[in-house]
Amino acid sequence: MNGAHDMGGVDGFGPVIPEPNEPVFHGDWERRVLAMTLAMARPGGWNIDMSRFAREDRSPADYLSKTYYQIWLVGLERLMQERGLVMPDEVEAGRMLHPPKPGVSVLASGDVAGMLRRGAPTEREATSKPLFAVGDRVRARNIHPQGHIRLPRYVRGHVGVVELLHGAHVFADSNARGTGENPQQLYTVRFTGPELWGERADPRTAISVDAWESYLERAS
Amino acid sequence: MSGHDHDHHHDDHHHHHDDDHSELSETELRVRALETVLTEKGYVDPAALDALIETYETKVGPRNGARVIAKAWADPAYRTRLLADATPAIAELGYAGRQGEHIVAVENTAQQHNMVVCTLCSCYPWSVLGLPPVWYKAAPYRSRAVIDPRGVLRDFGFELPADTNIRVWDSTAEIRYLVVPQRPAGTEGWSEDQLADLVTRDSMIGTGFARSPAEPRR
Repeated sequence: MNGAHDMGGVDGFGPVIPEPNEPVFHGDWERRVLAMTLAMARPGGWNIDMSRFAREDRSPADYLSKTYYQIWLVGLERLMQERGLVMPDEVEAGRMLHPPKPGVSVLASGDVAGMLRRGAPTEREATSKPLFAVGDRVRARNIHPQGHIRLPRYVRGHVGVVELLHGAHVFADSNARGTGENPQQLYTVRFTGPELWGERADPRTAISVDAWESYLERAS
Repeated sequence: MSGHDHDHHHDDHHHHHDDDHSELSETELRVRALETVLTEKGYVDPAALDALIETYETKVGPRNGARVIAKAWADPAYRTRLLADATPAIAELGYAGRQGEHIVAVENTAQQHNMVVCTLCSCYPWSVLGLPPVWYKAAPYRSRAVIDPRGVLRDFGFELPADTNIRVWDSTAEIRYLVVPQRPAGTEGWSEDQLADLVTRDSMIGTGFARSPAEPRR
């Protein structure tokens, strides 16, 4: 979706303000949101792409008015509601109003280290050969699906050069929809600053994105 | 868009007895309510929540990445392995797992400076850097890193030579990028422990440089 989360090149947000000696969390509620989000993926059964879409699929005003962990919080609430795990009236009441969903698997404290250590690798055995090779000129396709997509708007329609091949990886767009991993070849594609930003660009800049094969077409 | 927006506040709820009815306190109450419900329903093990927090608050952080960089500076064979295939090279030091499953290391030189961003969300190599700082996840950095990386570096107080190329890596899939900063001058013969002390978090994102021996801790 063409949402407010897709921020590359947007003007007006002001300078970056680094915080000296920044703490990992700003308030205990942020700790709890991080932990609940990580812990609930097991009983919830959703994947990282579903989580990202639950966070970004909202009005620009809503997205931009929330802090990072506030977005995580509403994303988590939405994922749980969609699966009948926790309903909004329960969050409002602050207590259980409906019976727990049966048969959910819980992340035990003894499993935390193993779960984090395993992570969730996305590389899969390739079922096809890469269409593109390092050095090939490719155009980021001019596509605007309403669902999840990881091709930023600022590269769509622009021509770049394939720089790295990463093998076949879980395709985020379909994984977010729950229609399967459908692994595709993944590439790092490098664009020059002037190709993306015209005269405004510093000619000594280059920008790359990681793009699945179906995001790309051969350019002459 | 389905607009599942749980952000509305019911007037008959969350009564406060003063004017301090801030967004933050609304959020705090909501988070507390949610945790209560999850615990009552038996979906979460409270000890697991504590273990997750403890991991990212005290165990996994930029000290991990600093050790990787220091080893790459001190050990040419390790540097070669790191630049060729970073994930196994980093695993040699014991760092692996969530949000570090597929890592690419990119090396700064006198000719090229690398900077990492996630314009779409907040992708970051947790296994070597820990959780990202607020600015990395916020709109100013995400919007400007790709269109004005030199200006972003200035926000951090660094001026890059005009003839240095800048390469920005937007982490749009599950590949995570780790910048190998340039080794500061005057550190010949230093041990890995000493070198690791000079490696700042920002130098591994590309929004800063490694500290020089004369420079105080920032």
